[in-house]
Amino acid sequence: MTVTAVRKDPEALTMTLDAEFDAAPDRVWQLWADPRQLERWWGPPSYPATVTAHDLRPGGRVEYHMTGPEGDQPRGYWELVEVDPPRRIVFRDGFAKEDGTPNDDLPRNDVNVTINPLGGGRTRMSIESVFPDLAAMEQLIGFGMEEGITQAVGQIDAILAEDGIATTAAS
Amino acid sequence: MFGALADATRRDIVRRAIEGREGVAELAGHYAMSFAAVQKHVAILERAGLVTKERTGRRKVVRTNLVGLVAARRLLDRYEELWRGRIDRMTALVTDESKEHDA
Repeated sequence: MTVTAVRKDPEALTMTLDAEFDAAPDRVWQLWADPRQLERWWGPPSYPATVTAHDLRPGGRVEYHMTGPEGDQPRGYWELVEVDPPRRIVFRDGFAKEDGTPNDDLPRNDVNVTINPLGGGRTRMSIESVFPDLAAMEQLIGFGMEEGITQAVGQIDAILAEDGIATTAAS
Repeated sequence: MFGALADATRRDIVRRAIEGREGVAELAGHYAMSFAAVQKHVAILERAGLVTKERTGRRKVVRTNLVGLVAARRLLDRYEELWRGRIDRMTALVTDESKEHDA
């Protein structure tokens, strides 16, 4: 298990995930800095990614598309905000148009990546991802989510009980 | 307005607003911070789609969008799975290589 901690905060529309690797920070950095390595992990096996532009500098852009089982090719891009090798990368991830340029009609989310040495040749990587609003989150993650909101309604009671939210509300 | 403290405050506001009984001024009474600060948190939550302001009679109350909150949790679960898959593939890439070096 290399994922060591996950914190999900629905009220802040944020997820933070920590992972540890048996490799030095420079090696982990290459997973982001080398487009050929990036395309081997960014997309799931059913939607492999192809990186077509990779300008890893503040203000630069990474452009990619994924190829689905039906031959569909959703396109995306990163707009780099901060790049500090091998420690930090901050970018906005969004949908792109056919020509690879950002589609401003669709939302994007902010991703902050921090890479820290742990000693003994090990490295911790933290990914913090923030979504601007609920609707954007639905568009960015909910793609292909068949059940959608209807099933969510049915789950409210269970989640309230599990969370102690109901108790708080009653007090 | 970011960081753990802000998140904790917003989480608390979201929970208090489930019943939709209090306005911003009443909510502000629960916290050791200014009315303006609480108002700002509520505004952020409203923009995010997690609370709405509703008129009941002559008052305006803050109410949690419970369906939205549950949807957000489900979406974050799904997002976690997405990233776990990515981390697995990253680990495989880094590990394969060290095996090649060892050989």
